[in-house]
Amino acid sequence: MEYRENMKNKYREALSTYLQDQTEQALYQGQKISKKSIEYNIAPEEIINIHKNILMDVYPDTPEKVLDSFDFLLEVMMGYGFAYREHQNLRHIQQELESEIKIAANVQSTLLETTIPNVDGLEIGAISVPARQMSGDYYHFVQDEKKHIGVAIADVIGKGIPAALCMSMIKYAMDSLPEHRHNPSSVLESLNRVVEHNVDPSMFITMFYGLYNPEKHLFSYSAAGHEPGFYYEAATKEFTDLSARGLLLGVDKKTKYVQYEKKVERGDMIILLSDGVTECRTSEGFIERETLIKFIQKNMHLHAQDIVHHLFKQLEKMQHFQLRDDFTLLILKRNV
Amino acid sequence: MEFQSCVKIINEWDIVAARQLGRNVAKELGFGTVDQARITTAISELARNIYLYAGRGSVCIEKEYEHGKSGMKIIASDEGPGIQDIRKVMEDGYTTSGGLGAGLPGVKRLMDEFDIDSFPSKGTTITTIKWLR
Repeated sequence: MEYRENMKNKYREALSTYLQDQTEQALYQGQKISKKSIEYNIAPEEIINIHKNILMDVYPDTPEKVLDSFDFLLEVMMGYGFAYREHQNLRHIQQELESEIKIAANVQSTLLETTIPNVDGLEIGAISVPARQMSGDYYHFVQDEKKHIGVAIADVIGKGIPAALCMSMIKYAMDSLPEHRHNPSSVLESLNRVVEHNVDPSMFITMFYGLYNPEKHLFSYSAAGHEPGFYYEAATKEFTDLSARGLLLGVDKKTKYVQYEKKVERGDMIILLSDGVTECRTSEGFIERETLIKFIQKNMHLHAQDIVHHLFKQLEKMQHFQLRDDFTLLILKRNV
Repeated sequence: MEFQSCVKIINEWDIVAARQLGRNVAKELGFGTVDQARITTAISELARNIYLYAGRGSVCIEKEYEHGKSGMKIIASDEGPGIQDIRKVMEDGYTTSGGLGAGLPGVKRLMDEFDIDSFPSKGTTITTIKWLR
Protein backbone atom coordinates (compact mmCIF):
# COMPACT_ATOMS: atom_id res chain seq x y z
CA MET A 1 0.00 0.00 0.00
CA GLU A 2 2.82 2.35 0.83
CA TYR A 3 4.33 1.92 -2.60
CA ARG A 4 0.95 2.56 -4.18
CA GLU A 5 0.66 6.02 -2.54
CA ASN A 6 4.23 6.81 -3.38
CA MET A 7 3.69 5.66 -6.95
CA LYS A 8 0.61 7.85 -7.32
CA ASN A 9 2.63 10.89 -6.24
CA LYS A 10 5.40 10.09 -8.69
CA TYR A 11 2.82 9.50 -11.41
CA ARG A 12 1.20 12.85 -10.70
CA GLU A 13 4.54 14.60 -10.82
CA ALA A 14 5.73 12.97 -14.01
CA LEU A 15 2.38 13.36 -15.77
CA SER A 16 2.09 17.05 -14.83
CA THR A 17 5.60 17.74 -16.06
CA TYR A 18 4.95 15.92 -19.27
CA LEU A 19 1.66 17.65 -19.99
CA GLN A 20 3.39 20.98 -19.46
CA ASP A 21 6.61 20.52 -21.44
CA GLN A 22 6.56 17.10 -23.13
CA THR A 23 10.10 16.41 -21.95
CA GLU A 24 11.99 13.18 -22.48
CA GLN A 25 12.89 13.35 -18.81
CA ALA A 26 9.25 12.98 -17.80
CA LEU A 27 8.81 10.05 -20.19
CA TYR A 28 11.82 8.41 -18.63
CA GLN A 29 10.13 8.84 -15.23
CA GLY A 30 7.11 7.13 -16.72
CA GLN A 31 9.22 4.18 -17.82
CA LYS A 32 10.66 3.88 -14.34
CA ILE A 33 7.18 3.94 -12.83
CA SER A 34 6.09 1.11 -15.12
CA LYS A 35 9.04 -1.04 -14.06
CA LYS A 36 8.42 -0.43 -10.40
CA SER A 37 4.69 -1.05 -10.78
CA ILE A 38 5.31 -4.43 -12.34
CA GLU A 39 7.60 -5.23 -9.45
CA TYR A 40 4.82 -4.37 -7.00
CA ASN A 41 2.14 -6.28 -8.94
CA ILE A 42 0.06 -3.32 -10.00
CA ALA A 43 -2.28 -4.48 -12.75
CA PRO A 44 -2.63 -2.60 -16.06
CA GLU A 45 -6.28 -1.73 -15.36
CA GLU A 46 -5.25 -0.08 -12.10
CA ILE A 47 -2.77 2.13 -13.90
CA ILE A 48 -5.51 3.41 -16.18
CA ASN A 49 -7.69 4.23 -13.21
CA ILE A 50 -4.81 6.03 -11.50
CA HIS A 51 -4.16 7.94 -14.70
CA LYS A 52 -7.78 9.00 -14.97
CA ASN A 53 -8.01 10.15 -11.35
CA ILE A 54 -4.78 12.11 -11.49
CA LEU A 55 -5.73 13.74 -14.76
CA MET A 56 -9.04 14.78 -13.23
CA ASP A 57 -7.16 16.23 -10.31
CA VAL A 58 -4.49 18.09 -12.25
CA TYR A 59 -6.83 19.33 -14.99
CA PRO A 60 -10.28 19.64 -13.45
CA ASP A 61 -11.62 21.04 -16.71
CA THR A 62 -10.78 17.91 -18.74
CA PRO A 63 -13.84 17.23 -20.91
CA GLU A 64 -16.18 14.62 -19.45
CA LYS A 65 -16.00 12.55 -22.63
CA VAL A 66 -12.23 12.27 -22.41
CA LEU A 67 -12.54 11.03 -18.83
CA ASP A 68 -15.25 8.55 -19.84
CA SER A 69 -13.01 7.22 -22.54
CA PHE A 70 -10.65 5.99 -19.82
CA ASP A 71 -13.39 3.76 -18.42
CA PHE A 72 -13.69 2.24 -21.85
CA LEU A 73 -9.92 1.83 -22.10
CA LEU A 74 -9.91 0.22 -18.66
CA GLU A 75 -12.38 -2.39 -19.84
CA VAL A 76 -10.29 -3.09 -22.93
CA MET A 77 -7.19 -3.48 -20.78
CA MET A 78 -8.90 -6.05 -18.54
CA GLY A 79 -8.02 -8.78 -21.03
CA TYR A 80 -4.38 -7.73 -20.91
CA GLY A 81 -4.49 -7.74 -17.13
CA PHE A 82 -5.96 -11.22 -17.31
CA ALA A 83 -3.20 -12.44 -19.60
CA TYR A 84 -0.54 -10.65 -17.55
CA ARG A 85 -1.55 -12.38 -14.33
CA GLU A 86 -1.65 -15.73 -16.09
CA HIS A 87 1.81 -15.08 -17.48
CA GLN A 88 3.14 -14.28 -14.03
CA ASN A 89 1.71 -17.46 -12.62
CA LEU A 90 3.08 -19.54 -15.49
CA ARG A 91 6.48 -17.99 -14.95
CA HIS A 92 6.35 -19.02 -11.35
CA ILE A 93 5.43 -22.58 -12.34
CA GLN A 94 8.27 -22.62 -14.84
CA GLN A 95 10.76 -21.59 -12.18
CA GLU A 96 9.57 -24.39 -9.94
CA LEU A 97 9.88 -26.90 -12.77
CA GLU A 98 13.35 -25.70 -13.59
CA SER A 99 14.59 -26.12 -10.07
CA GLU A 100 13.00 -29.56 -9.92
CA ILE A 101 14.78 -30.59 -13.11
CA LYS A 102 18.02 -29.22 -11.77
CA ILE A 103 17.74 -31.44 -8.71
CA ALA A 104 16.79 -34.41 -10.88
CA ALA A 105 19.83 -33.76 -13.05
CA ASN A 106 22.04 -33.84 -9.96
CA VAL A 107 20.45 -37.09 -8.84
CA GLN A 108 21.10 -38.48 -12.29
CA SER A 109 24.70 -37.47 -12.43
CA THR A 110 25.33 -39.13 -9.06
CA LEU A 111 23.53 -42.21 -10.32
CA LEU A 112 25.56 -42.42 -13.49
CA GLU A 113 28.90 -41.76 -11.87
CA THR A 114 31.57 -44.19 -13.01
CA THR A 115 35.24 -44.42 -12.19
CA ILE A 116 37.59 -44.81 -15.06
CA PRO A 117 39.77 -47.83 -14.26
CA ASN A 118 43.49 -47.37 -14.00
CA VAL A 119 45.20 -50.02 -16.10
CA ASP A 120 48.85 -50.25 -17.09
CA GLY A 121 49.25 -49.98 -20.81
CA LEU A 122 45.74 -48.69 -21.47
CA GLU A 123 44.69 -45.06 -21.70
CA ILE A 124 41.02 -44.34 -21.28
CA GLY A 125 39.26 -41.12 -22.16
CA ALA A 126 35.57 -40.42 -21.59
CA ILE A 127 33.26 -37.48 -22.04
CA SER A 128 29.47 -37.30 -21.83
CA VAL A 129 27.50 -34.08 -22.17
CA PRO A 130 23.69 -33.88 -22.15
CA ALA A 131 21.95 -31.72 -24.76
CA ARG A 132 19.50 -30.49 -22.15
CA GLN A 133 19.77 -30.78 -18.40
CA MET A 134 19.30 -34.52 -18.25
CA SER A 135 20.98 -37.15 -20.36
CA GLY A 136 19.67 -40.12 -22.31
CA ASP A 137 23.19 -41.41 -22.81
CA TYR A 138 24.85 -43.84 -20.48
CA TYR A 139 28.39 -45.08 -20.19
CA HIS A 140 29.98 -47.19 -17.57
CA PHE A 141 33.25 -48.90 -16.79
CA VAL A 142 33.64 -51.98 -14.61
CA GLN A 143 36.67 -53.99 -13.71
CA ASP A 144 36.15 -57.59 -12.64
CA GLU A 145 38.34 -59.75 -10.38
CA LYS A 146 40.37 -60.91 -13.40
CA LYS A 147 41.16 -57.23 -14.10
CA HIS A 148 39.16 -57.35 -17.31
CA ILE A 149 37.58 -54.04 -18.15
CA GLY A 150 33.98 -53.86 -19.18
CA VAL A 151 32.87 -50.80 -21.08
CA ALA A 152 29.24 -50.00 -21.77
CA ILE A 153 27.78 -47.22 -23.86
CA ALA A 154 24.05 -46.87 -24.42
CA ASP A 155 21.77 -44.34 -26.02
CA VAL A 156 18.04 -43.98 -25.48
CA ILE A 157 16.35 -42.78 -28.65
CA GLY A 158 15.03 -39.40 -27.65
CA LYS A 159 16.35 -36.96 -25.12
CA GLY A 160 15.48 -35.05 -21.99
CA ILE A 161 13.56 -36.38 -19.02
CA PRO A 162 11.86 -39.45 -20.58
CA ALA A 163 15.20 -40.66 -21.92
CA ALA A 164 16.85 -39.99 -18.56
CA LEU A 165 14.24 -42.03 -16.67
CA CYS A 166 14.79 -44.89 -19.05
CA MET A 167 18.53 -44.58 -18.59
CA SER A 168 18.38 -45.12 -14.84
CA MET A 169 16.79 -48.48 -15.52
CA ILE A 170 19.75 -49.53 -17.66
CA LYS A 171 22.03 -48.48 -14.85
CA TYR A 172 20.20 -50.68 -12.30
CA ALA A 173 20.01 -53.60 -14.72
CA MET A 174 23.77 -53.32 -15.27
CA ASP A 175 24.42 -53.21 -11.53
CA SER A 176 22.42 -56.33 -10.93
CA LEU A 177 24.27 -58.41 -13.50
CA PRO A 178 26.15 -61.25 -11.84
CA GLU A 179 29.90 -60.68 -11.53
CA HIS A 180 30.89 -63.55 -13.75
CA ARG A 181 28.55 -62.68 -16.58
CA HIS A 182 30.45 -59.98 -18.30
CA ASN A 183 30.57 -61.60 -21.69
CA PRO A 184 29.37 -58.90 -24.09
CA SER A 185 26.77 -61.04 -25.83
CA SER A 186 25.28 -62.30 -22.58
CA VAL A 187 25.29 -58.81 -21.04
CA LEU A 188 23.24 -57.53 -23.96
CA GLU A 189 20.94 -60.52 -23.87
CA SER A 190 20.14 -59.96 -20.17
CA LEU A 191 19.64 -56.23 -20.64
CA ASN A 192 17.45 -56.85 -23.65
CA ARG A 193 15.14 -58.95 -21.51
CA VAL A 194 14.95 -56.25 -18.83
CA VAL A 195 14.22 -53.53 -21.36
CA GLU A 196 11.69 -55.59 -23.27
CA HIS A 197 9.89 -56.26 -20.02
CA ASN A 198 9.96 -52.77 -18.52
CA VAL A 199 9.95 -50.14 -21.17
CA ASP A 200 7.22 -48.56 -23.20
CA PRO A 201 7.25 -50.09 -26.70
CA SER A 202 7.83 -46.69 -28.24
CA MET A 203 11.18 -46.36 -26.47
CA PHE A 204 14.28 -47.88 -27.90
CA ILE A 205 17.75 -48.23 -26.58
CA THR A 206 20.89 -48.90 -28.53
CA MET A 207 23.91 -50.25 -26.73
CA PHE A 208 27.46 -51.38 -27.19
CA TYR A 209 29.26 -53.54 -24.69
CA GLY A 210 32.94 -54.43 -24.81
CA LEU A 211 35.30 -56.38 -22.59
CA TYR A 212 39.02 -55.72 -22.64
CA ASN A 213 41.45 -58.35 -21.51
CA PRO A 214 44.61 -56.46 -20.55
CA GLU A 215 46.80 -59.58 -20.38
CA LYS A 216 46.07 -60.91 -23.83
CA HIS A 217 45.05 -57.52 -25.24
CA LEU A 218 41.88 -58.95 -26.61
CA PHE A 219 38.79 -56.85 -27.05
CA SER A 220 35.49 -58.70 -27.36
CA TYR A 221 32.31 -56.83 -28.07
CA SER A 222 28.67 -56.96 -29.09
CA ALA A 223 26.22 -54.28 -30.09
CA ALA A 224 22.49 -53.76 -30.11
CA GLY A 225 21.76 -51.45 -33.01
CA HIS A 226 24.31 -48.98 -31.74
CA GLU A 227 26.03 -46.31 -33.81
CA PRO A 228 29.29 -47.98 -34.90
CA GLY A 229 32.46 -46.67 -33.37
CA PHE A 230 35.90 -46.72 -34.97
CA TYR A 231 38.90 -48.94 -34.68
CA TYR A 232 42.31 -47.44 -35.37
CA GLU A 233 45.03 -49.84 -36.39
CA ALA A 234 48.45 -48.34 -35.70
CA ALA A 235 50.28 -50.74 -38.07
CA THR A 236 48.32 -49.62 -41.15
CA LYS A 237 47.39 -46.17 -39.76
CA GLU A 238 43.85 -46.87 -40.84
CA PHE A 239 40.45 -46.28 -39.29
CA THR A 240 37.70 -48.82 -39.79
CA ASP A 241 34.12 -48.93 -38.56
CA LEU A 242 33.73 -50.96 -35.41
CA SER A 243 30.41 -52.37 -36.46
CA ALA A 244 28.59 -55.28 -34.93
CA ARG A 245 25.23 -56.69 -35.94
CA GLY A 246 22.39 -56.88 -33.44
CA LEU A 247 18.84 -55.70 -32.87
CA LEU A 248 18.02 -52.70 -30.63
CA LEU A 249 17.28 -53.51 -26.99
CA GLY A 250 13.65 -54.02 -26.13
CA VAL A 251 12.32 -55.16 -29.51
CA ASP A 252 12.28 -58.92 -29.08
CA LYS A 253 13.08 -60.69 -25.83
CA LYS A 254 14.60 -63.69 -27.63
CA THR A 255 17.22 -61.68 -29.49
CA LYS A 256 20.68 -63.24 -29.60
CA TYR A 257 23.74 -61.09 -29.97
CA VAL A 258 26.86 -61.96 -31.93
CA GLN A 259 30.14 -61.51 -30.12
CA TYR A 260 33.17 -60.24 -32.01
CA GLU A 261 36.80 -60.25 -31.01
CA LYS A 262 39.77 -58.13 -31.93
CA LYS A 263 43.45 -58.39 -31.06
CA VAL A 264 44.57 -54.96 -29.93
CA GLU A 265 48.14 -54.06 -30.86
CA ARG A 266 50.33 -51.32 -29.48
CA GLY A 267 49.07 -47.88 -30.52
CA ASP A 268 45.65 -49.19 -31.55
CA MET A 269 42.57 -47.26 -30.48
CA ILE A 270 38.97 -48.19 -29.82
CA ILE A 271 36.59 -45.27 -30.29
CA LEU A 272 33.03 -45.61 -29.02
CA LEU A 273 30.34 -43.01 -29.42
CA SER A 274 26.66 -42.15 -29.17
CA ASP A 275 24.80 -40.78 -32.19
CA GLY A 276 25.04 -37.29 -30.69
CA VAL A 277 28.61 -37.34 -31.98
CA THR A 278 27.88 -38.39 -35.55
CA GLU A 279 24.61 -36.53 -35.78
CA CYS A 280 26.26 -33.31 -34.85
CA ARG A 281 24.69 -30.84 -37.25
CA THR A 282 26.69 -27.97 -38.61
CA SER A 283 25.64 -25.26 -41.04
CA GLU A 284 26.66 -27.65 -43.85
CA GLY A 285 24.52 -30.53 -42.60
CA PHE A 286 25.51 -33.58 -40.58
CA ILE A 287 29.15 -34.01 -39.89
CA GLU A 288 30.78 -36.74 -42.00
CA ARG A 289 32.41 -39.70 -40.33
CA GLU A 290 35.54 -38.83 -42.36
CA THR A 291 35.60 -35.40 -40.75
CA LEU A 292 35.45 -37.03 -37.32
CA ILE A 293 38.35 -39.28 -38.28
CA LYS A 294 40.36 -36.25 -39.37
CA PHE A 295 39.75 -34.58 -36.02
CA ILE A 296 40.85 -37.70 -34.19
CA GLN A 297 43.98 -38.01 -36.35
CA LYS A 298 44.91 -34.44 -35.57
CA ASN A 299 44.78 -35.11 -31.82
CA MET A 300 45.95 -38.71 -31.81
CA HIS A 301 49.30 -37.95 -30.19
CA LEU A 302 47.52 -36.69 -27.05
CA HIS A 303 46.36 -38.66 -24.03
CA ALA A 304 43.00 -40.37 -24.64
CA GLN A 305 41.26 -38.03 -22.18
CA ASP A 306 42.61 -34.99 -23.99
CA ILE A 307 41.54 -36.39 -27.36
CA VAL A 308 37.90 -36.74 -26.29
CA HIS A 309 38.00 -33.33 -24.64
CA HIS A 310 39.43 -31.61 -27.72
CA LEU A 311 37.02 -33.38 -30.01
CA PHE A 312 34.05 -32.30 -27.96
CA LYS A 313 35.23 -28.68 -27.87
CA GLN A 314 35.69 -28.68 -31.62
CA LEU A 315 32.28 -30.19 -32.38
CA GLU A 316 30.59 -27.93 -29.87
CA LYS A 317 32.03 -24.92 -31.64
CA MET A 318 31.03 -26.25 -35.07
CA GLN A 319 27.43 -26.49 -33.82
CA HIS A 320 27.56 -22.95 -32.49
CA PHE A 321 27.37 -24.24 -28.91
CA GLN A 322 23.98 -25.81 -29.37
CA LEU A 323 23.92 -29.55 -28.79
CA ARG A 324 20.99 -31.23 -30.48
CA ASP A 325 21.51 -34.61 -28.89
CA ASP A 326 23.32 -36.03 -25.89
CA PHE A 327 26.98 -36.47 -26.67
CA THR A 328 29.13 -39.35 -25.42
CA LEU A 329 32.57 -40.28 -26.66
CA LEU A 330 34.92 -42.92 -25.20
CA ILE A 331 38.45 -43.76 -26.34
CA LEU A 332 40.55 -46.73 -25.26
CA LYS A 333 44.13 -46.56 -26.43
CA ARG A 334 46.78 -49.23 -25.94
CA ASN A 335 50.07 -47.45 -25.34
CA VAL A 336 52.47 -50.26 -24.34
CA MET B 1 -31.76 -14.24 1.73
CA GLU B 2 -31.64 -10.52 1.63
CA PHE B 3 -31.00 -9.98 -2.03
CA GLN B 4 -30.74 -12.20 -5.03
CA SER B 5 -31.15 -11.35 -8.64
CA CYS B 6 -30.63 -13.64 -11.59
CA VAL B 7 -30.16 -13.44 -15.32
CA LYS B 8 -30.84 -16.42 -17.56
CA ILE B 9 -28.04 -17.09 -20.03
CA ILE B 10 -29.31 -18.39 -23.33
CA ASN B 11 -27.78 -16.18 -25.98
CA GLU B 12 -24.85 -13.80 -26.20
CA TRP B 13 -26.95 -10.72 -25.31
CA ASP B 14 -27.70 -12.25 -21.94
CA ILE B 15 -24.00 -11.90 -21.14
CA VAL B 16 -24.44 -8.13 -21.40
CA ALA B 17 -27.51 -8.25 -19.15
CA ALA B 18 -25.56 -10.24 -16.54
CA ARG B 19 -22.71 -7.73 -16.70
CA GLN B 20 -25.15 -4.85 -16.29
CA LEU B 21 -26.75 -6.46 -13.26
CA GLY B 22 -23.33 -7.12 -11.75
CA ARG B 23 -22.16 -3.59 -12.35
CA ASN B 24 -25.27 -2.05 -10.81
CA VAL B 25 -24.93 -4.12 -7.65
CA ALA B 26 -21.17 -3.51 -7.47
CA LYS B 27 -21.74 0.24 -7.73
CA GLU B 28 -24.45 0.12 -5.11
CA LEU B 29 -22.16 -1.70 -2.72
CA GLY B 30 -19.50 0.96 -3.27
CA PHE B 31 -16.88 -0.89 -5.32
CA GLY B 32 -14.44 1.38 -7.14
CA THR B 33 -14.04 1.54 -10.91
CA VAL B 34 -11.25 -1.03 -11.07
CA ASP B 35 -13.08 -3.57 -8.92
CA GLN B 36 -16.26 -2.98 -10.89
CA ALA B 37 -14.36 -3.83 -14.04
CA ARG B 38 -12.90 -6.93 -12.39
CA ILE B 39 -16.31 -8.13 -11.23
CA THR B 40 -17.93 -7.58 -14.60
CA THR B 41 -15.04 -9.30 -16.35
CA ALA B 42 -15.49 -12.30 -14.06
CA ILE B 43 -19.22 -12.32 -14.80
CA SER B 44 -18.50 -12.10 -18.53
CA GLU B 45 -16.15 -15.07 -18.41
CA LEU B 46 -18.54 -17.21 -16.39
CA ALA B 47 -21.54 -16.30 -18.53
CA ARG B 48 -19.56 -16.92 -21.70
CA ASN B 49 -18.61 -20.38 -20.50
CA ILE B 50 -22.29 -21.16 -19.94
CA TYR B 51 -23.23 -19.80 -23.36
CA LEU B 52 -20.42 -21.65 -25.15
CA TYR B 53 -20.27 -24.98 -23.35
CA ALA B 54 -23.56 -25.59 -21.55
CA GLY B 55 -25.96 -23.82 -23.90
CA ARG B 56 -28.08 -22.43 -21.09
CA GLY B 57 -27.85 -21.60 -17.42
CA SER B 58 -28.00 -18.61 -15.13
CA VAL B 59 -25.90 -16.03 -13.35
CA CYS B 60 -27.17 -14.89 -9.95
CA ILE B 61 -25.89 -12.02 -7.84
CA GLU B 62 -26.14 -11.81 -4.06
CA LYS B 63 -24.98 -9.24 -1.56
CA GLU B 64 -22.91 -10.81 1.17
CA TYR B 65 -22.35 -9.58 4.71
CA GLU B 66 -19.92 -11.35 6.98
CA HIS B 67 -17.88 -10.27 10.02
CA GLY B 68 -18.67 -6.64 9.36
CA LYS B 69 -17.52 -6.68 5.75
CA SER B 70 -19.69 -6.60 2.73
CA GLY B 71 -19.18 -8.18 -0.63
CA MET B 72 -20.74 -9.51 -3.74
CA LYS B 73 -21.37 -13.13 -4.62
CA ILE B 74 -21.72 -14.44 -8.15
CA ILE B 75 -23.29 -17.85 -8.70
CA ALA B 76 -23.01 -19.20 -12.23
CA SER B 77 -24.83 -22.48 -12.77
CA ASP B 78 -25.80 -24.64 -15.67
CA GLU B 79 -27.07 -28.11 -16.41
CA GLY B 80 -24.58 -28.69 -19.18
CA PRO B 81 -22.16 -31.56 -19.75
CA GLY B 82 -20.09 -30.76 -16.64
CA ILE B 83 -16.34 -30.68 -16.37
CA GLN B 84 -14.51 -34.01 -16.52
CA ASP B 85 -11.28 -32.94 -14.87
CA ILE B 86 -11.67 -29.85 -12.69
CA ARG B 87 -7.99 -29.79 -11.77
CA LYS B 88 -7.16 -29.52 -15.46
CA VAL B 89 -9.44 -26.53 -16.14
CA MET B 90 -8.04 -24.77 -13.09
CA GLU B 91 -4.55 -24.97 -14.59
CA ASP B 92 -3.13 -21.94 -16.33
CA GLY B 93 -2.42 -22.40 -19.99
CA TYR B 94 -5.10 -25.04 -20.45
CA THR B 95 -7.45 -24.05 -23.22
CA THR B 96 -10.03 -25.75 -25.35
CA SER B 97 -11.00 -23.58 -28.29
CA GLY B 98 -9.45 -20.64 -26.51
CA GLY B 99 -12.37 -20.33 -24.12
CA LEU B 100 -12.82 -22.43 -21.04
CA GLY B 101 -9.81 -22.85 -18.85
CA ALA B 102 -8.22 -19.62 -19.96
CA GLY B 103 -11.15 -18.19 -18.04
CA LEU B 104 -11.43 -20.01 -14.74
CA PRO B 105 -7.99 -19.50 -13.15
CA GLY B 106 -8.20 -15.88 -14.32
CA VAL B 107 -11.63 -15.43 -12.72
CA LYS B 108 -10.28 -16.92 -9.52
CA ARG B 109 -7.47 -14.35 -9.49
CA LEU B 110 -9.84 -11.44 -10.11
CA MET B 111 -12.05 -12.43 -7.18
CA ASP B 112 -11.38 -13.19 -3.50
CA GLU B 113 -13.14 -16.52 -3.07
CA PHE B 114 -13.81 -19.19 -5.63
CA ASP B 115 -15.56 -22.51 -5.48
CA ILE B 116 -16.53 -24.96 -8.18
CA ASP B 117 -18.80 -27.99 -8.21
CA SER B 118 -19.24 -30.02 -11.32
CA PHE B 119 -20.76 -33.38 -12.12
CA PRO B 120 -20.44 -34.98 -15.54
CA SER B 121 -23.73 -34.79 -17.46
CA LYS B 122 -25.37 -33.00 -14.51
CA GLY B 123 -23.85 -29.56 -14.74
CA THR B 124 -21.55 -27.04 -13.13
CA THR B 125 -21.95 -24.44 -10.40
CA ILE B 126 -19.31 -21.83 -9.80
CA THR B 127 -19.57 -19.55 -6.78
CA THR B 128 -17.25 -16.63 -6.36
CA ILE B 129 -17.08 -13.63 -4.00
CA LYS B 130 -15.42 -10.25 -4.07
CA TRP B 131 -15.12 -8.41 -0.76
CA LEU B 132 -15.25 -4.67 -0.43
CA ARG B 133 -12.04 -3.27 1.00
